[in-house]
Amino acid sequence: MNAVFSNLDLYWVGFRTTLGLAVFAGLIALALGTLLAAMRVSPVPPLRWLGTAYVELVRNTPLTVVFFFFVFVAPQVDIVVPFFASAVAALSVYTAAFVCEAVRSGINSVGVGQAEAARSVGLTFPQVLGHVVLPQAVRSVVPPLVNVLIALAKNTSVAGGFFVAELFGVGKRLTNAYSTDVLAVLIGVALCYLVITIPAGALANRVERRVAVAR
Amino acid sequence: MSTELVLYDEAGPRTRRRILIGSIAGGLLLLVLAFVVYRRLDTRGIFEAERWDIFTDPEVWEAIGRGLLATLKAAGAAAALAAVAGLVLCVLRTSPSPLVRRPAAVTIELFRGLPVVLLMFFAAVVLPVSLFWAVVIGLVIYNSAVVAEILRAGIASLPRGQTEAAAAIGLSDLQTLRLVLLPQAIRRMMPTLVSQLVVLNKDTSLGFIVGYFELLRTVQTLQFFFGDRYLFSFFFVAAGIYILLNVLISRLAIYLERRGSTKAAGGGVPRALAVVAAGTGENV
Repeated sequence: MNAVFSNLDLYWVGFRTTLGLAVFAGLIALALGTLLAAMRVSPVPPLRWLGTAYVELVRNTPLTVVFFFFVFVAPQVDIVVPFFASAVAALSVYTAAFVCEAVRSGINSVGVGQAEAARSVGLTFPQVLGHVVLPQAVRSVVPPLVNVLIALAKNTSVAGGFFVAELFGVGKRLTNAYSTDVLAVLIGVALCYLVITIPAGALANRVERRVAVAR
Repeated sequence: MSTELVLYDEAGPRTRRRILIGSIAGGLLLLVLAFVVYRRLDTRGIFEAERWDIFTDPEVWEAIGRGLLATLKAAGAAAALAAVAGLVLCVLRTSPSPLVRRPAAVTIELFRGLPVVLLMFFAAVVLPVSLFWAVVIGLVIYNSAVVAEILRAGIASLPRGQTEAAAAIGLSDLQTLRLVLLPQAIRRMMPTLVSQLVVLNKDTSLGFIVGYFELLRTVQTLQFFFGDRYLFSFFFVAAGIYILLNVLISRLAIYLERRGSTKAAGGGVPRALAVVAAGTGENV
């Protein structure tokens, strides 16, 4: 237990770093993912192909491999950035593909009649999407998006294996320093993750139920 | 496909021309970008034969094969165990008795809320097991919870009449689950379960972090052994193998989904459910 309480400051640093990774990567992934989703439903075939290619490529690549690319391969072509930035890049690129799929399935969930009605009053594609479909899609997109962001929060732990001192990285370091107190150290780390993921999951469930009633 | 035609009209001649011009301009831009990347890589000699000659050595392929085998073994063992454990968790989670149901629910939430790599690391340092089993245990803990939730969603999607009919012919709760609900739920959720296999397969690469010699770790070791100039070549081969493997599993999931929706004999997934399953954000 001592290993936990005498290192609360380290835990705090790790917790903050984890949150920082999740927030930065989350914002970038949301922007990139929404753009990709718009590309995938757009009338311009090459944009659709590009969006589809991105999603298929990234979805089938393990996150560890994406990290490996940004941390070990990118410096080979003189792209040298701090490990934190590499981690944010890897997490954003990876998560964007899943954000795209969540948004796209939300667009698909809006009734066909809505888009038809919007078009029959003469709205253009950007107007149909921006004024009619997306505002309604948001409702059914929020629960899966929250799930994607929860997964992102958990995925930040991979950064701990690539030289970023976030929660998992701190836990690894502390288990080396306190080999007799491993259990307490790791349970401490686990609790920190649960503090993030369980409330977020409960929130997702509540939103989901609300949306279900609203339909 | 249908959505795309709902969102906008079939392009007329003028729009088609504009799309064509835009595509060509965009294509050229991409080509220029690709050329810049190519130059950048080329000036560092990425495309020179001496960066790739390593792959004529059969021993390199043997080593890569061993790494791939280690990945597949971990994924296979974890998938089999997670399927069984997930089924058990699902039965407990749907039990009519709150004394059974509540602890199961808490367990599932706990297992789902933790990063897989932390679970693997935990198993590696706390339990007296090999790294292989540490990786498998980490994967099983997380994926059994996910499988349980997928099956529960499948059961919830069945019409209530199924349970009522089972009760009417005098089946017990467990019999209802075993003979009526689960067989249908498993068939309905097969595409989702197979998609989860992609997640599991990808997550084996977390073994890289805890030091299990799976494909990625093997490739890195090869790079340490043969030198940094092979980093690129090794990375692209490893990434290619992962992507190929996962694309094959994804195709299987899509095939099962198509087959399920045409042959709707109790196994067909309602379209809305299939769409929801594809974008629930659970398979990240």
